[in-house]
Amino acid sequence: MDLNFTPEEEEFRLKVRRFLEENLPNAGLNEGREGTQDRKWVDRAKAWQRKLYEAGYVALAWPKEYGGQAMDPVRQSIVNDEMVRARAPYLIGGSGLGMLGPTLISWGTEEQKKRYLPKILTAEEIWCQGYSEPGSGSDLASLRTRAEIVGDEFVVNGQKVWTSGAQYSDMMFCLVRTDPEAPKHRGISYILIDMHSPGITVRPLVQMTGDRGFNEVFFDNVHVPRKNLVGKLNEGWIVANATLFHERNMLGSASGSEQRFNRLLALARSVRRDGRPLTADPVFRQRLADLEIRVAAMKYHALRQLTDQIRGRNPGIESMINKLVGTELNHDLATAAMEAMGDYSMLARDDENVLDKGYWPYEWMFSLGLVIGGGTSHIQKNIIAERGLKMPKSR
Amino acid sequence: MDFGLSEEQQQLKASAREFLTAECPTSAVRKAMAAEDGTLPELYAQMAALGWPGLIVPEEFGGAGLGFLDMAVLLEEQGYAAMPGPFLFSSAIAADALIRGGSDDIKRKWLRPLAEGKAVGTVAIAESGDRLATASSGAISGAGILVPYANLADFIVVAAQGPGGRKSIAIVEAGSDAVRIRPLKNLDLTRRVAMVDFRDAAAVELDDGEALYRRMLDVGAVAIAADSLGGMERALDMAVDYSKVREQFGKPIGSFQALKHAAAEIVADLEPARSLLWFAAYALDALPAEASRAAAMAKARLCEVYSRGTDRAVLMHGGIGFTWEHDIHLWFKRARFNESYLGSPAFHRERVADLGGY
Repeated sequence: MDLNFTPEEEEFRLKVRRFLEENLPNAGLNEGREGTQDRKWVDRAKAWQRKLYEAGYVALAWPKEYGGQAMDPVRQSIVNDEMVRARAPYLIGGSGLGMLGPTLISWGTEEQKKRYLPKILTAEEIWCQGYSEPGSGSDLASLRTRAEIVGDEFVVNGQKVWTSGAQYSDMMFCLVRTDPEAPKHRGISYILIDMHSPGITVRPLVQMTGDRGFNEVFFDNVHVPRKNLVGKLNEGWIVANATLFHERNMLGSASGSEQRFNRLLALARSVRRDGRPLTADPVFRQRLADLEIRVAAMKYHALRQLTDQIRGRNPGIESMINKLVGTELNHDLATAAMEAMGDYSMLARDDENVLDKGYWPYEWMFSLGLVIGGGTSHIQKNIIAERGLKMPKSR
Repeated sequence: MDFGLSEEQQQLKASAREFLTAECPTSAVRKAMAAEDGTLPELYAQMAALGWPGLIVPEEFGGAGLGFLDMAVLLEEQGYAAMPGPFLFSSAIAADALIRGGSDDIKRKWLRPLAEGKAVGTVAIAESGDRLATASSGAISGAGILVPYANLADFIVVAAQGPGGRKSIAIVEAGSDAVRIRPLKNLDLTRRVAMVDFRDAAAVELDDGEALYRRMLDVGAVAIAADSLGGMERALDMAVDYSKVREQFGKPIGSFQALKHAAAEIVADLEPARSLLWFAAYALDALPAEASRAAAMAKARLCEVYSRGTDRAVLMHGGIGFTWEHDIHLWFKRARFNESYLGSPAFHRERVADLGGY
């Protein structure tokens, strides 16, 4: 056990911090996750990621031949922590960086890695995820978007839904049914689709936050080259799960929780109840302490998994709880903040009287979305029980 | 950056699991539960041969000189086995107090025999001042103090209120008329608590009572949290194993989502709590400024989730879980002991708030 970073790592941390202090304010990006997402915002968000990449702060652990720096995971975790500390927005290329990239590194052909990975890093190509369908949510493997093989191509017909960022994405990693006769898990393939192809229609959906963050995507005879298949034909389910593993770890990340707790504590200090700050209220103190304990547990839990990663150990049951615990904790933090604001939590985020710059009404809703996205808490519990505890399948 | 158990600690854990599975099955635990003194002398003799009692005692006093994370690993495995007897109170809390606050004379007299398994110590300490004895001019007084395993102890490390509310930590030798020990009926029969009356009992004071009192509370909190971690893991294992063999509606009950979710929720409580405990145990040795707050976090969280986990694990067993014959109630009751001893989760949450300057 040694919780110290090396002097080189500490120096690196300060360098990242300085870079963010000097460059983030001029990036023209709002704090938070989504923003307005108009064309100008997309351009600024891409420019910001490119700038970070050129400074050497994007996907540090990726292999050098695909534009990474082959650094150990500690450096990446330092960058992640500093990004959270600086309240930097999520990178626009997050799906490519956090989900497709690691999947391609394990499962992609050499040609695919060379073709796609460098442009993920520079934000030249933005990716979206084509998983859920109107009839296939938690039961993802029942998906029906069809891809028929015609010559050297797949011809894709069907529909995806809840597709975040589809409106500005260049590419989609997509699950399609290539063998309708096979058992449902054995007829799925994982393919990469150019979003500018003829036959694709993207229709925005309005989220409960009021934002247009996700979309429906329709495929009408969309032609996709056969070389865009990742993994083997009809064996896409294994590849899909690799991506889901990366997605769940990304959604349940611990560093944001600590920042949110600090913000909640500051809020509770500023709110007065019966002439005293809310932090003096014995009941609310209990609630704050409980939240801080859970945040601390997840922080050390992340360090434990970082250590396993450094030592090259395979993740076990302890990693299966990240998404469940992390996203529910974030939602609980936001819910406590809403309660702390008292009757002011009746206000929408854009009312001029709203407290704490309107951060919490949005965060409160958005954090519930993340309890759902990537597999709801109920599905996470099934996974923990069936894959982690080997309890018998019910299906 | 290296957060986790070392190779040696993992080996210690594996060998402790193997040893206790063989030597301390629930049949042995039940033997101790039925015994008047509530312990297993043969098991303790074997543990002494393995060097467990002196695990954290410096080598010059006959111990192995290891750290508190090593101790936490051992306590976790003892919690997994619901191991009876005074080990946690003697070899973790009392030993640490002597290491920190005892003179060389005291260490030679009490610590060395403790490390060798020839003497048993315990602690008379509570998180609340009005549950403590009082100290004045080298003597300890106080009636109705609850002390784990006082019935087996050669000496008691007593936390007392001194003059002016100052905390004093002193050693009192058991076995005299000045230390009256009455056995009590215990809810958790894997542990024994006695009621002790001190009547002007001769006492040798340890150094820096105020700091040592806090240290004993922190060490006790982490020790209990470690025991809780192991106990919770055992309750989960038992409930999951049972759910795979018990059939209703024509299939194993573990195939129903209601039980899967109950089990998964225990895992979701357990694994982050394990990381929290490792940090708290490490902080006791290496991060003095953070140790108290980390200990309070670990005690609050581990005891809360242990109680909830065993409660759910009993429920997952259905009717058989409510019987005396089935073993699950051993951990259900041990969780209650752990939650009550040295401060409730609410007490420790307030401590987290206080030390955090909310």
